[in-house]
Amino acid sequence: MRTRAVFVMLCSTTLLATACGGGGPKSDAAGGGLSDGKVVFGVLNDQSGAYSQLSGKNSIKAVELAIADYKEKYGDKAVVKEFGVETADHQNKPDVANAKAAELYDRKAVDVILDVPTSSAALKVADVAKEKKKLYFNISAATTDLTGKSCNKYTFHYAYDTYMLANGTGRNTTEEGKKNWYIVYPDYAFGQDMEKSFSAAVEAAGGKIVSRDAAPFPNTSGDFSTYLLKAPTLNPKPDVLGTMQAGAELVALVKQYNEFKLRDKGVSLAVGLMFLTDIHSLTPAALAGTTYTDAWYWNYDLTNRTFADRFKTVAGVRPTFAHAANYSAALQYLEAVQATGTDGSDAVVKHLEGKTVSDVFLRNGKIRAEDHRVVHDAYLAQVKTPAEVTEEWDYVKVLRTIPAAEAFRTPSPDCKLS
Amino acid sequence: MVNFLQHTFNGLVGGAFLALLALGLAVIFGMLRVVNFAHGAIYMLGAFGAYVLLTEVGLSFWWALLVMPLALALFGMAVERLLVARLARLDPLYNFLLTFGLTLILQDAVKSRYGVQSSPYDAPEILSGSVDLGAFDFPAYRVFVLVIAVAVCVGVWWLLSRTRVGMVVRAATERPELSTGLGIDVGRWVTPVFGFGIGLAGLAGVLAAPIRAVNPLMGADLIIVVFAVVVIGGLGSIFGSVAAGFAIGLVQAWVQALGEHWALLSQVLVFLVMAGVLLWRPAGLFGREEAPA
Repeated sequence: MRTRAVFVMLCSTTLLATACGGGGPKSDAAGGGLSDGKVVFGVLNDQSGAYSQLSGKNSIKAVELAIADYKEKYGDKAVVKEFGVETADHQNKPDVANAKAAELYDRKAVDVILDVPTSSAALKVADVAKEKKKLYFNISAATTDLTGKSCNKYTFHYAYDTYMLANGTGRNTTEEGKKNWYIVYPDYAFGQDMEKSFSAAVEAAGGKIVSRDAAPFPNTSGDFSTYLLKAPTLNPKPDVLGTMQAGAELVALVKQYNEFKLRDKGVSLAVGLMFLTDIHSLTPAALAGTTYTDAWYWNYDLTNRTFADRFKTVAGVRPTFAHAANYSAALQYLEAVQATGTDGSDAVVKHLEGKTVSDVFLRNGKIRAEDHRVVHDAYLAQVKTPAEVTEEWDYVKVLRTIPAAEAFRTPSPDCKLS
Repeated sequence: MVNFLQHTFNGLVGGAFLALLALGLAVIFGMLRVVNFAHGAIYMLGAFGAYVLLTEVGLSFWWALLVMPLALALFGMAVERLLVARLARLDPLYNFLLTFGLTLILQDAVKSRYGVQSSPYDAPEILSGSVDLGAFDFPAYRVFVLVIAVAVCVGVWWLLSRTRVGMVVRAATERPELSTGLGIDVGRWVTPVFGFGIGLAGLAGVLAAPIRAVNPLMGADLIIVVFAVVVIGGLGSIFGSVAAGFAIGLVQAWVQALGEHWALLSQVLVFLVMAGVLLWRPAGLFGREEAPA
């Protein structure tokens, strides 16, 4: 096996060198121009499991839309004439993500890896990007470590993080007067990070965490009734049940929250992380009135809606914020290559750092030089009641825009780029 | 005290699902000596079937409760005739592999048609309220689940202990060769019993649809716990698997209610109990040692 892999690699490298015209290979990052004459995107995400609908294969469609827009915008003047989109399924496993990322960069000649949900997997890919000196835009993972202790020169965190979610939902709900919180979180990296961020945001806004419970993860039975029974019996009685569950576990918990009629018992629901696809599968009726923080919403304005219409014609569904962010990241990468005339990682990073950007996803966007956090407006959203829903997938109304400057944390001292 | 009673009652409801699934596994193992790994996938098909019946055929929860277990029982009987029976004479590992393969096929078939996202399913209107149980209120649907599960378990007990069919099944479970030797046609009952066990898993699936996330992987994790439950009760012991199902449900609910740092324990608890029981009584709590009479 191994000898064969090495053989294939040797062959392809030789072929590549020949193709590039013998002399000094243009593929060298330091020289100008494009490595192997084209730009190759690598979409690395979950294509069969729990997160395959919120990003998954439709993220590839989003990247293809960005390529089409770039071509249309620059026409003959485009620096990039040839494009490639490679893709791999990391199955939400850190070790698989690690191997696939290396394969994408080394064997598939990928210039930039996009997406990568699941925090533990996302952090592994950051290490690979650093080692290979290749670009990596993380879209769908939530951990703030990507711009904290695990940050590096080649990694950008694009769409959202746990701080953004907690700061929006946690702070806002507390300031509305719901001061006593009961937090239930799944007992793994993402859930623990979310619990910390929410506790901090709630307490900073003058609220109090009455109690917190770690639910087993994965929750084999899909049952959360213990916590729902417990919530109204706590002293003082919590005003809000904050759930940090994601995907199918969130669906189960919300179903059971409704079953136990906690809203009637005076305990309202706050959701840590929710995607459009989650609302679709729970139906708006199950979630009506729930507030949460969204990184982007497809029916927010005409610009978004136009993009969503195009996306629907290729993907058949409305885009989640992850889809829009994948589109945006691919587009901004191409813009950077256009501006610098090269896909050499160092030149592109230098161009991106500190840049203010604006597109369908990034409103008032800025790529922070200090920690590579891409900051942009976020939205406090509320799920509509069934009566308010007039169109499939239009489940949410935006209550308030959270300005980019407020939405994200200030650069962490833990992050040392270079 | 009221809190304790609430959690206890809730634990029994959680245990009801485990008991129904474990009962089906135990019946199948007892009669066929087949460890049916596909049980979790059948549970998922039960829940998904209810969803498909509602959205594509327009049949309510009550129809699903009747139709899905029967349809899946028929499916189970076909699988037994066409596949399981052919491997019956070989090492048990073959049927284990077969049912494991079936699980993957069923899960992926549903996944490719409906995706991995959970599908919405609501409890019927009449059961969406709460019931006053004296000391506390409890969601009506959960009470209904518990009643159904207990009724089914009692019904199976009655079947096994009071009817001729039950006698044959018990005899075949305990001494297959001897039963055949005494002229009992054991083979005739193999297919229906397999179908019955599968039907029970389907029933548990339909019951789970309104309160759990309905998606292709919903049975994948649960089945591991159910196996542990069956081992604790004693492989092939019908009473043991039901008792262990309810007991594990109870203990899980109690431990989860203890607080934040008990989550990990509640998750591994069932396996700890299993390890303990295996050390203490290798045949399980209610199992019978295989060798001498």
